Amino acid sequence: MQQFPCPFCGLRDEREFHFSGEAGNIRPDTTQPVSDADWRDYLYTHENPKGVSREIWVHTTCQEYFMMERDTVTMAVIGTQQMRRDTA
Amino acid sequence: MTGCRVEQGGLIDRTRALSFSFDGMTYQGFEGDTIASALLAAGVRIFGRSFKYHRPRGLWGAWFDDPNAIVNIRLGGIDYPNCQAATTCLTEGMQVRAVNAWPDACRDVKGVLDLAHRFLPAGFYYKMFMWPDWHLFEPTIRKMAGFGILSPDVQDGFQSAILHDHCDTLVIGGGVAGLTAARAAAEAGRSVLLVDDHPAPGGSLYCNQHGNDSQLWVKAQIAAIRTAGGRILCNTTAVGVYDHQFVSVATDRGMGHAPIVRKLRPARIILATGAIDRPVTFANNDRPGVMSLGAATEFLGRYGVLAGQEIVVLSNRPETYTAIEDLRAAGAAVTRFDPTSAATAIGGRVVKAIRLDGRTYACDTILTSAGLTPLIHLWRHAGGKLEWDNGRQTFVPADGPDWMRVVGAANGTFSQEVAMTEARHAALDQPAPTRGVYHLPPSLADPTASGRQWIDLQHDVTLKDVALAHRENMVSVEHLKRYTTLGMAGDQGKTSNISGLSAMAHLKGETIPETGTTTFRPPFVPIPLEAYRGARRDRQMAPLKRLTLEPEHRALDAALGEYGGWLRPAWYGGDGERAAVERECRMAREAAAIMDASALGAIEVIGPDARTFVNFIYYNTMSNLKSGRIRYGFMLTEAGLVFDDGVLACINDNRFVISCSSSHADAVMAHLEHWRQDRFDPMRVHIHDITQNWSTVTIAGPKAKAIVAGLGVLDSLDDFPHMSLRLCTFEGAPARVARVSFTGDTSFEVSVQNISASALWNKAVAIGAPLGAGPVGAEALTVLRAEKGYILAGKDTDGETMPHDLGFAAPRLRKTAAFVGDRSLHSDTANRADRKSLVGLTVGPLEDPLPIGAHVVETSGSDGGVKSIGYITSSYHSPTLGQPVALALVSGGAEAMGKRVDIWHMGQTRFAAIASPCAFDPEGARIDA
Amino acid sequence: MTRHFSAFGVFREGLRGHKGWAPMWRSPAPKLKYDVVIVGGGGHGLATAYYLAKNHGMSRIAVVEKGWLGGGNTGRNTTVIRSNYFYPESTALYDLSVRLYEGLSRDINYNVMFSQRGMMVLSHSESEMEIAARTVNAMKLNGADAELLDARDVQKKAPILNYRDDARYPIHGAIWQGRGGTGRHDAVAWGYARAADRLGVDIIQNCEVTGFLIEGGTCKGVETTQGVIRAGRVGVATAGHSSVLAQMGGYKLPLHSYALQAFVTEAIKPVMDTVAFSPMTGSYFSQSDKGGLVIGGGLDRIPSYAQRGNTPEQENVLSGIIDMAPALAKVKLLRHWAGIVDVSPDSSPLIGPSGTDGIFVNCGWGTGGFKAIPAGGYLFAHLLANGAHHEISRPFDLNRFGTGALIDEAAGSGIAH
Repeated sequence: MQQFPCPFCGLRDEREFHFSGEAGNIRPDTTQPVSDADWRDYLYTHENPKGVSREIWVHTTCQEYFMMERDTVTMAVIGTQQMRRDTA
Repeated sequence: MTGCRVEQGGLIDRTRALSFSFDGMTYQGFEGDTIASALLAAGVRIFGRSFKYHRPRGLWGAWFDDPNAIVNIRLGGIDYPNCQAATTCLTEGMQVRAVNAWPDACRDVKGVLDLAHRFLPAGFYYKMFMWPDWHLFEPTIRKMAGFGILSPDVQDGFQSAILHDHCDTLVIGGGVAGLTAARAAAEAGRSVLLVDDHPAPGGSLYCNQHGNDSQLWVKAQIAAIRTAGGRILCNTTAVGVYDHQFVSVATDRGMGHAPIVRKLRPARIILATGAIDRPVTFANNDRPGVMSLGAATEFLGRYGVLAGQEIVVLSNRPETYTAIEDLRAAGAAVTRFDPTSAATAIGGRVVKAIRLDGRTYACDTILTSAGLTPLIHLWRHAGGKLEWDNGRQTFVPADGPDWMRVVGAANGTFSQEVAMTEARHAALDQPAPTRGVYHLPPSLADPTASGRQWIDLQHDVTLKDVALAHRENMVSVEHLKRYTTLGMAGDQGKTSNISGLSAMAHLKGETIPETGTTTFRPPFVPIPLEAYRGARRDRQMAPLKRLTLEPEHRALDAALGEYGGWLRPAWYGGDGERAAVERECRMAREAAAIMDASALGAIEVIGPDARTFVNFIYYNTMSNLKSGRIRYGFMLTEAGLVFDDGVLACINDNRFVISCSSSHADAVMAHLEHWRQDRFDPMRVHIHDITQNWSTVTIAGPKAKAIVAGLGVLDSLDDFPHMSLRLCTFEGAPARVARVSFTGDTSFEVSVQNISASALWNKAVAIGAPLGAGPVGAEALTVLRAEKGYILAGKDTDGETMPHDLGFAAPRLRKTAAFVGDRSLHSDTANRADRKSLVGLTVGPLEDPLPIGAHVVETSGSDGGVKSIGYITSSYHSPTLGQPVALALVSGGAEAMGKRVDIWHMGQTRFAAIASPCAFDPEGARIDA
Repeated sequence: MTRHFSAFGVFREGLRGHKGWAPMWRSPAPKLKYDVVIVGGGGHGLATAYYLAKNHGMSRIAVVEKGWLGGGNTGRNTTVIRSNYFYPESTALYDLSVRLYEGLSRDINYNVMFSQRGMMVLSHSESEMEIAARTVNAMKLNGADAELLDARDVQKKAPILNYRDDARYPIHGAIWQGRGGTGRHDAVAWGYARAADRLGVDIIQNCEVTGFLIEGGTCKGVETTQGVIRAGRVGVATAGHSSVLAQMGGYKLPLHSYALQAFVTEAIKPVMDTVAFSPMTGSYFSQSDKGGLVIGGGLDRIPSYAQRGNTPEQENVLSGIIDMAPALAKVKLLRHWAGIVDVSPDSSPLIGPSGTDGIFVNCGWGTGGFKAIPAGGYLFAHLLANGAHHEISRPFDLNRFGTGALIDEAAGSGIAH
């Protein structure tokens, strides 16, 4: 059982969290033309890094999304950061 | 006479005799015995048979390192397969049988297999049984293999308790080092938990004959630990260390009970797990009577059992001499020889003598040790590294996590005095003292020597097998393991690994560390699957959601069933399903259906950005939805696929209510939350799942208006068109009435907070009864909506369905604002003409309904083969129409109205005609009647 | 020296102490150049090499493996072989695999012990039975064998399962595929390796690829811990580590890597003669010839390159097993482990050009790579030999993520992967 630090609730068991994708994947502006390749990259392409990874996670019990940096080999959590613009 | 009980000593209670049977013979042991110690004391020598050659097997170890004495135990009418005799505490009345042996361990008829051993080398099965066919041989091989017999009976109450426990310092192992560490940590004020897998701590202290002194010392340490606030758990094994310092320890509660499992995340773990003997390899070293030196001293020290009368010891390790003294003091004749000399055990079934350098020495027992192997499994689980120690001839802990320290014999520190210093340092976070000097003359397996020399006793792996693996270039340690099955038996290589590695290293001309080790995996000892089950059991596996109105439904004789995670009424009245559904369908069409729609998801969207939010979430344009109005729409995934459908109600500019499928409510909520935080200012739009706070009673049918009028929720039902919403009160409490329809009839959804639900339901039913209306369950509703061609998302859609496949093409072409999934609706695939679209299928009125899951097929190619172009998703007999109705997803279906198609089901073909999905009231006249 | 495997060979060698067996494969030093270099000495890579040599007459082929042959997911899976898929593209692929498996032991002269003891996907409700009927019909129409079982049929085939009325997930029936079953995973890797070696393929173990040799935008070989190896074409079949290779090769893949756990119990006498899978819990099990129960389930939900699992999914999987067969609660777990699988958006594999000229990929098999080894190798060999797809692999090209033509079995048939 791993533990992740939710920026709002503190350390909680991994069961309470859900992986929501890699950080920095910005949705293209679909009111403008978007190429097949750009849409594919947004929807499906991943870095899937071995080692340090910046990811978006959601703490399902408080429902807040946050950024977590962790190591996909050692499973060490490097840090988490909230994404609220007003408080960040 | 061989093994026997000595008159005093050990931790057994000689005043409490226990009787039990082994292979049909009755024996006596004492309280405190294991099955193994009791049988050994009774002179039993053959405890079982090996897996492959059915060779007789005696005891090798006195605890979990014994791979040989595997038994089935019957106790209290229940069978327990594959118990280790050496770790199972004796209980009165146990019926013990050796596994995999018939008629018993002594006389096992399959022992003849050993005669053919030369034709059954490692991996022989990879090389044969291919002709004529593996399936011809496999059933026999399966029957031959396997150990214990599992009874198919379920043992009620065999249930593990899972506890979450806490401590600062977890000490694993209660020997000299563990007790010392636990005491030092506890006295330093730390919260300490010490676990020890024996019934009483003490470890190897009981493996010598300073019995009384040892017992006093152990008692003193236990008392000191407890006085300082530490806790001690006996019969408790640490089975695995997982990521983020998570440890799982299992407490054995005795035969017939599942273990208690504790999960901990200690700040520090001190590993004091000790070490075990590794075997000396010599010819016939698998004969009963060959035992580890450590086991003999443990049997003597803990259980007061002397392993044999005439003992030969093959061991060079420094502790050998005190062991010999103890055995002699207990009455045995003991001779020691150098373990590196070429030896052969003599004896047909059990050891009778040993031949060394051409001379034969009579003996009944051969005690061996090629050195001590530290038990560093948990260190490896935690990611700790190992290094080869030449002086100790084994792997010892090297670098590792800073929260785990290894002390005592587990660290290669075999001196008790040094171990105690090491333990105190570890307990107080002081640097570890350097490991003391230890010199063990190498006594490594020689794979070129003659004779059959065993390294894996349970799986019958010999040095010849290692040599064969090497010859065939299976030289990686993992290949060696997998090819020969070395280390894959019940003990997972605890005794055999080093011998196997050293033999391979020898053959490759490498050092042992160059050859490497295989991976150490949990659990440390085998434990029942039940111990991993956690809280997910029976109904708690996926608890059903319950309706506020469940008592009302039960009072109406509802058959309750699981729908989308909710326990909901399937039909009412206690009839059989068919009659009830037919009656309810007629009632709904002729009078009105009264339905509990509380399971439908209800999510409020609140805030100044609520309108732009819902417009982005829905496929359909929602930006212009007026207050008090309702619109049907789809939510899509970003891949453009239909995720859910339902209605959206606008209460006012800042407040909307999303209604979604009951089975999708949680997923929809997560979906909304994702987009809210990804794309919107979370301070300007909130979402709130009110599904479980509100209950909804839906009244649908020609008499619906009359019933709703009687409820007194609205003064007037005039000027209340279809697809609109009113906020009102029911008996003074807040209520909402929505005019939406899932049956095609005039329909009102009346929602109240749960506290008012029962009053609302009862009133509706009371008003409805004289009008011929009444409760209708989920099954009839499924039919009613299918008559209208209304879909159930997930049932009438699949993982490819896009909204334009369901006849909703306009937003895809016209909606200008961005919305979830928008771009995906313009992919090559989305534009294909042969997409599957939703259609109805009609058959003759007297025919049976088409089977759900049947495929719509067309003949393809010249060979007359058929190809699927779609399938039936919903199909029922419609009591209203007096004929079957069906919905299907069919390639190009929307463009093929009236076309006759073949329906294929389990090899049978029928015909149907493609029609509009809506079979009932296609003009929609009833919806506002 | 005895090179051919047979009962007679074992007998003859038995008489002379098994001294005459030839090595399974050579341990050659890498040559400077090959026509094709395959990265990854697992089942897929080795099968690819074998079919390149056998079907396409190529001989200058190398397989480079960073560790030991079959040490990735080939040696870590639960050995299930089946083709019970919904979409015709999937059936074509996986049924090719089952057919190749059916003749494999004799083809490569190595007993891979493909045991066609059947595979059942349980249905726990009437609505699941409807989906099951849809799937069985699809399988039959697509040319795979399938049967829809009712609860009584299931009980006959697997009496150890849970038939109590109060079961959380009662058994209503099952999708049955009689040709499905299990194989000996290591033997598949070893057998292909031995057969490929006999056809001249160089299998180079302990040789890690550290980069690709890219010249003018085209891949001309690989850089390894044993030096540079030039190649006409490079095929990458590295399962869970595909994204790591992608980064070296300058192409991108739609993959996430996850740990997938597996479990084996102590050996018991036969209690389960088939493979049973419960879609509601995601757990499944079979019994090996040795007698151990081989158990699998869903992914650990945390992206991972660590070949170890975590406790929450252990509880999920094993509680699912006990719900499915409560009598197994007493059986003791011997070992559990994990492999790293690469999961694609539609859980279907990726076979095709990588996006960097000269590099081709075979990956994205997720949790189901073992059963596809023969077909994966067969089709990847075709691709590497011709530079163009076999008809069966074409739908699995990476271009489907641009066109939207995903092959999402989970959504189509209710069968998890």
